[in-house]
This record gives sequence, C-alpha cells and structure tokens, in this order.
Amino acid sequence: MQIQVLGSGCPTCKKLFERTKQAVQGLGISAEVEYITDIQRIVEMGVMQMPVLAIDGKPILTGFVPDIEKIKSLLSAGKC
Amino acid sequence: MDIFYPIKLLADWLTPNVALNFFIYDAVKIMLLLLVINYFMAIIRYYLPVEKLRDFLASRKWYGVDYLLGSFFGTITPFCSCSSIPLFIGFLEAGIPLGVTLSFLITSPLVNQVAVVLFAGLFGWKITILYVMAAVLLGVVGGFILSKLKLEKYVADYVWQIKSQKNAIIDKKEPFVKLIKFFWIEGWSFTKKITPYVLLGIGVGALIHGYIPAGFFEKYITAENFFAVPIAAIVGVPMYANAVGVIPIMRSLVEKGVPLGTAMAFMMAVVGLSLPAALILKRVMKIKLLVYFFGITTINIIIIGYLFNAFVK
Repeated sequence: MQIQVLGSGCPTCKKLFERTKQAVQGLGISAEVEYITDIQRIVEMGVMQMPVLAIDGKPILTGFVPDIEKIKSLLSAGKC
Repeated sequence: MDIFYPIKLLADWLTPNVALNFFIYDAVKIMLLLLVINYFMAIIRYYLPVEKLRDFLASRKWYGVDYLLGSFFGTITPFCSCSSIPLFIGFLEAGIPLGVTLSFLITSPLVNQVAVVLFAGLFGWKITILYVMAAVLLGVVGGFILSKLKLEKYVADYVWQIKSQKNAIIDKKEPFVKLIKFFWIEGWSFTKKITPYVLLGIGVGALIHGYIPAGFFEKYITAENFFAVPIAAIVGVPMYANAVGVIPIMRSLVEKGVPLGTAMAFMMAVVGLSLPAALILKRVMKIKLLVYFFGITTINIIIIGYLFNAFVK
C-alpha cells in the first residue's frame, strides 16, 4: 500500500503528514508515507483542497486534518 | 431583548475592568456563535464539496451569471491559501473561464462563515449583509473586468497542459445518526483551530476599546479626508492577516472614530490581497496578470471604501 499526503508545504499540510506517519506506526502496517508538494501531481489527482490523504493514488480525504484515530480507521478501511 | 444579555451579566460579575470585561463578553459571545455556525458549515461542506461546485460551474454556459455564482461559491468555501493554486488550476482545467475563476479567488478569502459571525456579532446584521454584498460585488466586478482584458495568455503556460484524472472522492455513505456526530467533530475541530486567532483579535480589540480615548482617530482620519481610503487600502495590500483576527480590531478602530469605509478598505486589502498570496499566485500567473489582478481589486476596494463612507452611517 502506498500512502500519500499532498500539500503545498503549509503548516496544515505538514501536520497531516506527521499524523499520518504516526497513524501508520500505531497500526503497525508496513507502508511508506510519501509527502507530495509538486503542484502538477496534486492537480493531476483531481483534487483542489489541501491537504489531501491518498492511498495508492486515490484521494480519500481532502481539505482538513482529522485526528489520528480517524486517519487510522481510514487507512485500515483502505487496506482491504 | 438581547439574547446575549446573560453573557453581559457574567462579564460584569467577573470583572469591572473595561478592557477585560469587554474581552470576556466578546469572546464568549463569538465562541458560542462560532460553535453553532461551524456545525452548519460542516454539513454544507459534506454535501457541497468544492469539486461539486466546480463541476456545476463547468456544466453549461452561464452567460455571465457564472461571475455571480463563482463569487458566491467563494463565500461558502473555506479557504486556506495553500489551496489557492490547486483551486485555480482545477477551475481552469475544468473549463471555467479565467474571469470566473478570479471572481472566486477574490471573494473567497473575504467571506467565510467565521468572518460573517464576527461581523454579525460585532457590527450587527445590517453591516454584515452590506459587507457580504460588497465582497461578492468586488468578486463579480473584478472578475468581469479582468475577463474583458483577455489575460488568458498571462496564465503560466504549464497550467493549460495539466490534465487531471476525474477522480471522484470516494463517496462516504453513512447513516444520518453517525453523520450528526461526524459534523459535530468536524465543526468542533475547526472551531478549536481558529480559536487562538479569534481570541488574539478580540484581545487587541479589547485593549483598544479600554485604553484608547474615544474619538482618538478622528483627529487624523475623517471621512472628509479624500486620501484616507486609498492610503488605507494601499497600506493594507502587502500585509497579511486572516479575516478572523482583523475584524475585532477593525470594530474597535471604528468605535474610536475611524470611518467605517476607511477601516473596511483597509481590512479588505489586508485579508483579500497580500504579499504571501502574490508569491503563491506567481507560480501560476505571469507578472502582468498578477499586476492586473492586484491593481483592479485594489481600485475596487477603494471604491467600496468611499461608498461605505458616503452611504453607511
């Protein structure tokens, strides 16, 4: 599973990146969390509101930073 | 009767200090209003994400109504400056005209639910409605003029080449009972996030209220002073602050004698245009478009300032 956090490098986006990394650790899954700031790739994904959490190139959350528990449940839902 | 009267009693009971009393009253009142409105905005955002608004705008020819729609959508979309680039490209890529996209970009930072609550709580509903109308008008007129200038060639070239996959956000169908809780959590987390800025703004406003003598600014800035509005707007352009922090300060300035239109021109320039925003937008706009965008918006802000000074008492 490929987990991506997309953002333009603003504090909100970085927070989602940090929380996602923690969530992955907490779940104990072996997945790489990638932080994408390249605007071209962000737009290509078809999303417009930062930050974005995506699994395998599919956005599952846009526009806000949820708490770690929410991220965990999203990640475990996306796994199966 | 004023439904906020109990808060006034609470503030009076807690402290006689003018600034502190003022701070407690405003802070409690605004925080309560914010909690309510953020809950409703969470509902609106759930059913109307910006992607849907974009698709609606791109779905047909609108013959000019789209400027109003674009500007109006700007008012209900929560806006973080980090999103302005993907929004800009996403709108253009969907086939929405440049002018309409700019209408959206102009209005979006000026009006959001938090700004409306602060305005209503501090200035009353009449001024709030006038402010929202002014901000929407600013977007519509600005976008319309910019579209007439045929500036498409001054959008960064790579923008026109990007093709996005139509990637619908996975639709989360959840039972309504679960949603009620979800909206609450969303609304609450947003309220928590902006609280420090709101309190900071109210705090500075309370200090002005408590320690600057009434009519202090009248000596320097009067509605008759022709240059006050343009100076206020131009000084405000490079500065950046969130609407949330500026509105309480602006209220106290008005209370101490700054004319409303002058204060509003300053506030709109600070919130709507800024050096950081220019630097971000430079990634998608060539310098000429950026200059026109800022120039025309500034001129319109100055006109709005004059109109408020002339007609709103």
